[in-house]
Amino acid sequence: MLHTVNKSPFASSTLTQCLNHLAAGAAVLLIEDGVYGATAGTGAGAQIASCLKRFPVYVLGPDLEARGISSNQVVEGVVTVDYTGFVKLVVEHDAVQSWL
Amino acid sequence: MSEGDGETTGVVKKFLFVNRKAPYGTIYALEALEVVLISAAFDQDVSLAFLDDGVYQLVSANNPAGIGMKNFSHTYRALDDYDITKLYVERESLTERGVSEDAFIVPVTVVSRAEMGHIMAAQDVVLSF
Amino acid sequence: MAYEVNGKAVTADEEGYIVNLADWSEPLAEIIAKSESLDLTENHWEVIRFLREYYNEFQIAPAVRVLTKAIGKKLGADKGNNKYLYDLFPYGPAKQACKIAGLPKPTGCI
Repeated sequence: MLHTVNKSPFASSTLTQCLNHLAAGAAVLLIEDGVYGATAGTGAGAQIASCLKRFPVYVLGPDLEARGISSNQVVEGVVTVDYTGFVKLVVEHDAVQSWL
Repeated sequence: MSEGDGETTGVVKKFLFVNRKAPYGTIYALEALEVVLISAAFDQDVSLAFLDDGVYQLVSANNPAGIGMKNFSHTYRALDDYDITKLYVERESLTERGVSEDAFIVPVTVVSRAEMGHIMAAQDVVLSF
Repeated sequence: MAYEVNGKAVTADEEGYIVNLADWSEPLAEIIAKSESLDLTENHWEVIRFLREYYNEFQIAPAVRVLTKAIGKKLGADKGNNKYLYDLFPYGPAKQACKIAGLPKPTGCI
């Protein structure tokens, strides 16, 4: 299952709620304001780092760029994908759950 | 529609525009900026507060071309032309998000959460976005 | 509504502001001006170019008093005043000049 999160972790609990429901085979993709969660050195970044020990985490590059977040600010281990990568992730997983 | 030169002699009130949303995920930030620019025509005592995710609005590296949106970060630099110079940013909001005030596109006054509370309490009108 | 430039239609809203900013060209500016009964002189072009530069830099068309002040700063006090600008653009230096410059209606114009 691919889980997408599109809300800022500093404005809603959606990221935490998503991470609490990950099961075997899960992957997380941060999009839109969700990409703020990939910022290293923050509480959300620590949650992502911990999640990375069990599940892959991806972040959408154009959304990072829109928000002025450079790759060296992103938590190590998070993989940046473009729109094509987004589509590939959707195809690779049986289902997608959008955490809105 | 009229094009007055803004020389009015009415009552001047203290207006605070509170910005608490990230810039591109919702329309709030852009709408707030437009209302602020329009309000400048009324010659009021206008302040802008940026707290919580609102601090992201001022990040100079913002570049939404890749998600097909207009880069309105540049417009904050026009606020000075509109005589809007009181921009307050909450320090705790920056710290929580790992954002440095060096990253901002315009000069701002960084205040503590407690000071922000006092700024809010001192207003006649507060508009929230 | 629409303007016609060299046989090609350029879409505008009901007030005459062009819809797609990328459609603007100097010949189009002449055509919009003509529809407003204006003949463009170098003094007009100075203001039009100023507005386009302002829009490029700040992503907004300035309100009239902001325009007046900024023109004064850049082109001198003899040009940064209401009389000079209204003589050039009788229907409002911000609104009418922005229309000819291919920009949206000014922000902060009420």
